[in-house]
Amino acid sequence: MDTRSGFHHSLELLQKELLQMGSSVEKLIHQAVESLSQLDEGQAQQIIERDDLIDDYLTTIDELCLRLIALQQPMASDLRIIGTALKIATDLERIADHAVDIARVTLRFAGESLVKPLEIIPQMADIAKEMLRESLLAYTERNVHRAAALAEKDDHVDKLYSSIMQEVISLMGTELSRNRQLMHLLLVAHFLERVADHATNIGEGVIYMVTGKRKDLNV
Amino acid sequence: MAIKPKIKAEKLNLFYGDHHALHDIQLNIETNTIAALIGPSGCGKSTFLRTLNRMNDLIDNVRITGDVLVDGHNIYGGDSDVVSLRKRVGMVFQRPNPFPMSVYDNIAYGPRIHGTKKKAKLDEIVEHSLTQAALWDEVKDRLHKSALGLSGGQQQRLCIARLLAVEPDVLLMDEPTSALDPISTLKVEELTQTLKQQYTIIIVTHNMQQAARISDITSFFLNGYLVETDKTDKIFTNPNDQRTEDYITGRFG
Repeated sequence: MDTRSGFHHSLELLQKELLQMGSSVEKLIHQAVESLSQLDEGQAQQIIERDDLIDDYLTTIDELCLRLIALQQPMASDLRIIGTALKIATDLERIADHAVDIARVTLRFAGESLVKPLEIIPQMADIAKEMLRESLLAYTERNVHRAAALAEKDDHVDKLYSSIMQEVISLMGTELSRNRQLMHLLLVAHFLERVADHATNIGEGVIYMVTGKRKDLNV
Repeated sequence: MAIKPKIKAEKLNLFYGDHHALHDIQLNIETNTIAALIGPSGCGKSTFLRTLNRMNDLIDNVRITGDVLVDGHNIYGGDSDVVSLRKRVGMVFQRPNPFPMSVYDNIAYGPRIHGTKKKAKLDEIVEHSLTQAALWDEVKDRLHKSALGLSGGQQQRLCIARLLAVEPDVLLMDEPTSALDPISTLKVEELTQTLKQQYTIIIVTHNMQQAARISDITSFFLNGYLVETDKTDKIFTNPNDQRTEDYITGRFG
């Protein structure tokens, strides 16, 4: 018999809210990458506006967590659910910020044509998006193995990031506008690398929530 | 090097007639530690607490097997003296129970019985004990008035001071704040934190937040078994046993 069914129901609502936030952020990062590859200013503008929605999610989740801590004095796995939710919500909010960062690069490129077709960035974007999806799935399923598998994908993203850095250096010349575009593409790669890191953090959160043990996936 | 425990229960079993109330309890408590005993009603935590100064001796039909060692000495051994045991291992109860006499005489009662007669010495003990129990400033101007005029929280601290006056090593507390208001509760909790510098404290509490706030180690009892003992922060963030988890998260009742 559950003697705290009201509280445990609130915990379920908290987790549901977090997953809704997660799926909105997933959509946002997908659209950000799309806006860049198609140089779609309209879509980029929409992403920047929609970030407010994500901030609202964060506020709601923060307040719910603090209220539950203050009023319910959670213990053990209940406490870990709440502590993890606070951290995951922050990671998701950061990912959304990077979607906005990428959308701003799209706006900056308005009217220009790309120096060369994007190759590594779409690959990085695919893996980063997959990592975010996997991290949220691991959260839903409380699946430690799925969470731990993020480490390998994160390594892959890190490698792609170093290779894009090499490529940008090799393409740098004397033409200022071209160099500026290359710098911004490197920034986009950096944002995607950060997205992958935040997804990895979410995976670490899942492992802690389920097992109570800390595991560093980003080594 | 292993630290010698202040209190050690070894394969301790207790029967009330046919009822087997404690099963093979195994527990070490080190000096200057606060140990909290938690668990649902009837789980054996108060029974276990009472074995530590042989309070169960007063109940008919009780049979005990196994050992309880205090400083390595078996208190259930044939050569053990109950009076000196209870001087060393004192107890505070759920409801404050001051004697119907003055504040001063409440504190001086124990030392007088144990042979201290000189007024100057008794004065010193009274002041020291009341100070240790964080009560001196509140009662120093009314030492010779009845202790029954004190508030519940003051009475409970008086009972703690009365205990300290006979210089024990171990303080047993059986739900010491369950009859107190929240502020008095916090004062007693705060007091335990200073007392543990000098004493070893074992506290039974139904208030899990209290166990979490004040203790160093926590033991979870269930149906006469000691399910799990661990550092308090471990118990309340990530206990090992599913039964502990279910109890502290309220998933059974």
